[in-house]
Amino acid sequence: MTQQIDYYVIAAPLTLAVAAALVLVLDAFLPARRRAVPGLVTLVGVLAALGFVVAQSLSTAAARGGAGAGGAGASGPGVGAAGASGAGAGGGGAATFCVPPGLASGERLCSFVMDGFALVFAGLVLVAAVVVVLLSMTEVAGGGIPVGEWYFLLLCTLVGAVTLPASRDLVMLVVALELVSLPVFALTALRRYDGRASEAAVKLFVVSVVSTAVMLFGVSLLYGVAGTVHLSRLGEVLGGRVRAPGADPGSYAPLLEAGHGLPAVVTVGVVLVTAGFAFKIAAVPFHFWAADVYQGAPVPVAALLSVISKAAGFAGLILVLVAALAGQAATWVPVVGVLAALTMSVGNLLAMRQRHAVRLLAWSSVAQSGYVLAALAATAPASAGHTRAATTLGPVGAALAYLVIYAAMNLGAFAVVMLVSRAAPGNELDDYRGLAFRSPAAGLALAFCLVCLAGLPPGLAGLFAKVFVFRELVGSGTGWLALVMAVNTVIGLYYYAAWAGRVFTPGPAASRSRTLPATWLAVGVALAAAILFSVAPQLVLDLTALSALG
Amino acid sequence: MAWLLVAMPVVPLLGALALLVLPDALRPALRTYGLVVSGLVLALAAVVVAAFDHRRPGAVQFELDMPWIPGLGLRFHLGVDGVSLPLVALTALLTFLCFVYLCWGGARAQERFHGARPRALVFTLLVLEIGMIGTFLALDLLLFFVFFEIVLVPMYFLIAIWGGGGRRAAAVKFILYTLLGSVVMLLGLLLVWSQTGTLDVVALSRAHGAGMSRAVQILAFVAIGIGLAVKTPMWPLHTWLPDAHTEAPTVGSVLLAGVLLKMGTYGFARIAIPVLPEGATAVAPFLGAFAVVGIVYGALACLAQRDLKRMIAYSSVGHMGFVLLGFATLTPVGVNGALFANVAHGLITGLLFFLAGAVKERYRTSDMPSLGGGLLAVMPRLGSVLTFASIASLGLPGLAGFWGEMLALFGAFQPAPGLPRGLFLTYMVVGGLGAVLTAAYFLVMLSRVTHGRPTAQSAQEPPAGHPAGQGAMGGGPPTQEAPDGGPVGEEAPGGGPPAQEATSGGPVGQESPGGGPPGQEAPGGGPPAQEAPGGGPVGWEVPDERPVVPLGGVPRRAEEPAVTSAAAGGGAVSAGGGGGAGMAPHPDDIRGYELAAWSPLVVLTLLFGLWPGLLLSLTTPAVQSLLGAVS
Repeated sequence: MTQQIDYYVIAAPLTLAVAAALVLVLDAFLPARRRAVPGLVTLVGVLAALGFVVAQSLSTAAARGGAGAGGAGASGPGVGAAGASGAGAGGGGAATFCVPPGLASGERLCSFVMDGFALVFAGLVLVAAVVVVLLSMTEVAGGGIPVGEWYFLLLCTLVGAVTLPASRDLVMLVVALELVSLPVFALTALRRYDGRASEAAVKLFVVSVVSTAVMLFGVSLLYGVAGTVHLSRLGEVLGGRVRAPGADPGSYAPLLEAGHGLPAVVTVGVVLVTAGFAFKIAAVPFHFWAADVYQGAPVPVAALLSVISKAAGFAGLILVLVAALAGQAATWVPVVGVLAALTMSVGNLLAMRQRHAVRLLAWSSVAQSGYVLAALAATAPASAGHTRAATTLGPVGAALAYLVIYAAMNLGAFAVVMLVSRAAPGNELDDYRGLAFRSPAAGLALAFCLVCLAGLPPGLAGLFAKVFVFRELVGSGTGWLALVMAVNTVIGLYYYAAWAGRVFTPGPAASRSRTLPATWLAVGVALAAAILFSVAPQLVLDLTALSALG
Repeated sequence: MAWLLVAMPVVPLLGALALLVLPDALRPALRTYGLVVSGLVLALAAVVVAAFDHRRPGAVQFELDMPWIPGLGLRFHLGVDGVSLPLVALTALLTFLCFVYLCWGGARAQERFHGARPRALVFTLLVLEIGMIGTFLALDLLLFFVFFEIVLVPMYFLIAIWGGGGRRAAAVKFILYTLLGSVVMLLGLLLVWSQTGTLDVVALSRAHGAGMSRAVQILAFVAIGIGLAVKTPMWPLHTWLPDAHTEAPTVGSVLLAGVLLKMGTYGFARIAIPVLPEGATAVAPFLGAFAVVGIVYGALACLAQRDLKRMIAYSSVGHMGFVLLGFATLTPVGVNGALFANVAHGLITGLLFFLAGAVKERYRTSDMPSLGGGLLAVMPRLGSVLTFASIASLGLPGLAGFWGEMLALFGAFQPAPGLPRGLFLTYMVVGGLGAVLTAAYFLVMLSRVTHGRPTAQSAQEPPAGHPAGQGAMGGGPPTQEAPDGGPVGEEAPGGGPPAQEATSGGPVGQESPGGGPPGQEAPGGGPPAQEAPGGGPVGWEVPDERPVVPLGGVPRRAEEPAVTSAAAGGGAVSAGGGGGAGMAPHPDDIRGYELAAWSPLVVLTLLFGLWPGLLLSLTTPAVQSLLGAVS
């Protein structure tokens, strides 16, 4: 029996992989002075992949429109169950790598589904990738970094990041996640003879491997209980709708039961998987690597870590928690809530003391992960029966909306940091003194992005992103987390405002240094997105509505 | 006609964007540019006031309702009624007056623009205006919140860039404090939203709290109330205010006191009380208690202040206490009084901060003991206006400050049913005592600043923080004199006095060697000035420019010849100086642009004081419709 592969469905990661191979070959055969070519090939590859994603999402949206209101109503507490089962059958999106019909009992199980959720994440990753590639052009032009390897590794990461949200079984998830992580170690260390970069790479490597091990343990426990790796089937088993193979109802003492007649080891599995992803998104208490690695890595890699790698981590977390473990929400919702509160508080408190721009952004991005986690913690356990207003986004929608807006504003900040780092390699906050006078465009762009991150007007994008999350929290009755987040918003403002204030205080005279136009283009792309989201936040909401799992 | 309301925030927005896009084209006309844009907004506000249907001020007029973010249920919903109309007009007026002050004031003394960055200043003020006007126009909970937040960043930069010595800390305190408040308020607003499913303020106030349980209403009222109370500020949450006011530049203080504080109180009238009537009834006694404590605390704190600006800032705490007390009564009388006191405070305290700024600019300090006294003698017009504003602020009947506080106290005499009357009677008595204390501290301030003799002390050398340039200027005369005449040397051992006098301007210092006490010399002052070699006019200018010392270029040039002339002419010339200061009207008294900026406020204070019905006729019906369920 041959596996049928729908190549159109996997077009986006395939394009990226082909581009990666091409870059490696070109690098071997092109003369050394043509350093720009691999970068351009990478850019074209990313844009082509983005084109495929857009085309697929247009057809998905059309199918969604045809399918009627069924899909639109899928957001909400029951999103996991409804989405997972609807993934193959409904207008949810094209799927491939499916279990052949003869072997599967019940509905169709597929490992790779390019539905709205995957498409939105893929789009987010690829647009962010455009900015990162543009930043890389400046970084690589400085010399000291092997060009071909750099772009090859970058593209490999992207393949993983695009594949991950489309993965619908545990093995594929882990493989995709490793594909995101592994090249990043090398990227971090690629600046040779730089002790800090090597240290960062080792740190990242160790943390990442540990987290993978933890997650694999959790995954194997879940597989052992449910007897399947497919997320939709996992969801059914762990939600109690299908009996677990070998499980005998009533055979566990009440104390050892994880609900739905499942052994308590499920809880362990849930916690371990959550912890594994928490490493990837640098949630507290698995956060300590963030600042050192961000600071040691080249700026484009830090941007990649803070946006693409983080988005991939969240995609995986959401898939596992909401699609596979919706039935175990009573276990993971409090855990995620506490993680969220810790993450935002610790991230913000650490960021307050930073003097180094990238370190500050590192801790701030930890804090921002906390806000995204908070949205997920607003998931109401299915039994609680909270009534929601009709217009609500749902926790996944809010988290996704936050991630999309966060990506725009954070990349904008990183792009300006990249600009400044050419003139002031130290990249201390004090190097930003007087930026608004030396280079008004960069100063205003940075100030806008920082105000966005702080969540104040005129950075309306950031404000609305926080409003989305707050609304979920208040709506789901998670008031304590809302209060923690409120206090954190204020703490966050302190360091963003201090930085933005430096930009506008008179500083030393300009020391002109040449920056490639590519960096300016990167600033422009990120800033345009942030401004667009500020003026019309509805765009983000439309995107996330498309994503409503399934 | 709805376009009028849209245009009011949009005009400053476009103005600010134009500054960003076309900096070079606008640079030469920067001062008039801000004036024109804010004038346009003022004109729009005037048209709205004129076109407003004054027969039904209770209804929302010029309504505009468009979807903005359907996914969030957020609508771009604007409108005015009798409650918001006076505040919108006040905002437009005060912003315009600030630009008037900056426009000609800035042209006269470059330093009022603080040497640089006029473009950023105009930009900041225009963005501030968007937020302030939008807050008063918004009829959607989230839209209100967005506008409420817009003012934070520009005000932060206004304090942090153009402020005084401790500006950085004050700005950070301001923004963190108010943000904490407004985030809590956001939670309250979202709670209302999650319970009722709508963000429309009009619909919510019409529902009078239907659909929300009592517990939810109380929780929401407390959350929203905290946010508003920080902004207002209410007594225990006020600590950001004195710092922000003391450090802010004059226009910042004026807008902060005149408009930003009103956003907090307006929120009570527009959202907290009408939308959550049960919550309001439950919390009102506490609100009243905090308000009364605020009144007394503000007055006592004022008595203890040495700094003029800080004192006025604390007086705001007291006045806002009256406003909150009015709201806490939940009666039409009390709320009316609160709204009246709101507008009156905007006018009077705005004027007071303008005056404090003027005094600070002339004396280089706003420390009252350093100011000495005798402002009325040195600058009679400035002193008179200061006296007027202080008396208006302490609530003299016949001026605008009186009616609001009287009505608020009167409301406390007979609070809404459901509120403990005995408690509110106590509040009324304590509030009344607070009013007496208010009078006390203003009178003390007047006696310290405006009255007394303009002796050497009145024009004392400002304390340490004196900028170097002026120090050099002030220090000039004595050093030149010292070799010149023995008598000065005799004075020198006295240490302080000659130096102090010298900075106030050469002439006073030179008087002493001339013989007798300055006071005695003064009457004979006029004629000898003609003796000044090198030209009488210069001799006349010398005394006139004395307190102008800080003002930079022009006076400096005038002083130099004066010094030489004084050295030659000896005591006689300087005697003319003493005389001029005592008697003649002072050219450094109120200047033209200051008069232009202040007179509208004076006129309105008088107008509303003599004819309170003008304002009350607007607010009464609106208040009655808002309070429908409560009373």
